[in-house]
Amino acid sequence: MQYTILVYETGSELAARTDPKRKDAYWGAYRAYTTALREAGVMVGGAALEPPRTATTVRQHDGKRRVQDGPFAETKEQLGGYVVIDVPSLDKALEWAARCPSASTGAAEVRPNMPPAPPPA
Amino acid sequence: MSDAAAAAELAARVSYGRLLAYLAARWRDVARAEDALGDALLAALETWPRTGVPDKPEAWLLTAARRRLVDGARHTSVAAAAEADLQVMLDERAGASHAAFPDERLALLFVCAHPAIDEAARTPLMLQTVLGLDAARIASAFLVAPATMSQRLVRVKAKIREAGIRFEIPTPGELAARLDAVLEAIYAAYGSGWEDVAGADPRRRGLAEEAIWLGRLVTRLLPDAPEARGLLALMLHCEARRPARRDAAGAYVPLTEQDVTRWSLPLIAEAETLLSAAARANAPGRFQLEAAIQSAHAQRALNGKTDWEAIALLYAGLLRCAPTIGARVAYAAALAEARGADAGLAALDTIPADAVVAYQPYWALGGHLLKVLGRNAQAREAYDRAIGLSEDAAVREFLLARSGSA
Repeated sequence: MQYTILVYETGSELAARTDPKRKDAYWGAYRAYTTALREAGVMVGGAALEPPRTATTVRQHDGKRRVQDGPFAETKEQLGGYVVIDVPSLDKALEWAARCPSASTGAAEVRPNMPPAPPPA
Repeated sequence: MSDAAAAAELAARVSYGRLLAYLAARWRDVARAEDALGDALLAALETWPRTGVPDKPEAWLLTAARRRLVDGARHTSVAAAAEADLQVMLDERAGASHAAFPDERLALLFVCAHPAIDEAARTPLMLQTVLGLDAARIASAFLVAPATMSQRLVRVKAKIREAGIRFEIPTPGELAARLDAVLEAIYAAYGSGWEDVAGADPRRRGLAEEAIWLGRLVTRLLPDAPEARGLLALMLHCEARRPARRDAAGAYVPLTEQDVTRWSLPLIAEAETLLSAAARANAPGRFQLEAAIQSAHAQRALNGKTDWEAIALLYAGLLRCAPTIGARVAYAAALAEARGADAGLAALDTIPADAVVAYQPYWALGGHLLKVLGRNAQAREAYDRAIGLSEDAAVREFLLARSGSA
């Protein structure tokens, strides 16, 4: 069964990506994490996302279009990336989420992926 | 908090397990006993502020809970259940005047670790029934979704009722094997959520206190069981080193580099007393061996030395009775210290690869030994796996630094 681990990071963690003193530890931890996922044969895919300030949000409600600089919602922890894994159970997915570096600082949210929608009858 | 509320909370904390064990044993239904006791505690919170705290809060709670169970039984329509309940009601009336009630917690522990109960549910069930912990807290300790944990607990209580698992102490012939399951479940609470108990984050206590409390309870209820003492000695030895596992800056400190002045000597002394008392029974077992290993490590606080040959020998003994992956990795670590990194690596190489795909201590030790042997590229690869499998930020940083200097 496939699960997505949503990697929520604090501002300080996002800043560590480019901080000369902290970036090696930051990227080292994530590189090791994805290596462990791949070597365990559970990795399906994923991506790190550029920081929230690079986001552009589009809304077209009631025929009115609004394009906004920035993320959907400003919160203390922001979506920094995601990993899709294939494991037998939610218990196993939580084990992997606990190892995600963001679980120690921000959060790692686990959601089951929905199966693809059935084709039209 | 009002006096009455404080008294109710104290009575709940001190007596919860005893009250629940007694009710569950009499009614053979853990879930109903829990509901009744929960209602009784709520009633106490409503009543005691008005009437004052009763002289015997336990007896008050027991009477209130029994009344709920009897009322519930009157409403039940299942004939068979009603018949069993009727018998209990008659017994209850006969025994209601007794002020003291027997301690059924040992029987309850044996029910929780009964062979018919799913192994993964045993520790959570014990924590909930004997200590009254809520499902959410247990779920966090075991890294399980709270909803999943609640469902598992509900299912396992239904199983006890439906399968008619008896609240009794096993016969002498069965006792040792059945006690092993109880002790395993208690130890699982001590190390909840950690692959490497000895390296666990000292701030995240998990359920260590609860496990030690259960360990003390079992040694009190079964004073002649050497393995129960062995388990308690093991947990106390690990607990003694808790403050030394991180330095002042919060960085991870491996066992061999820990400052022994930060180990708790009173806890070590208590563990040693328990272990020698257990040894007098001349019936060695898994937990006594594990405690003996920790006792050998504790010697460093007394004479500054670690006898790695002795530790390797004890691990070899442990592997004969409990060949877990954790013990095999620890055996390799001891061999490496006693006879060199080559010997350790050779022992590590005998562990099947599919058993360690996600086992962090294997990769951390592998990285360390390869680095000692100057095989730096392989060391960095092994360290990488260990880093990726670490849950703890301090351990991750420690391994990143070691890998960086390889």
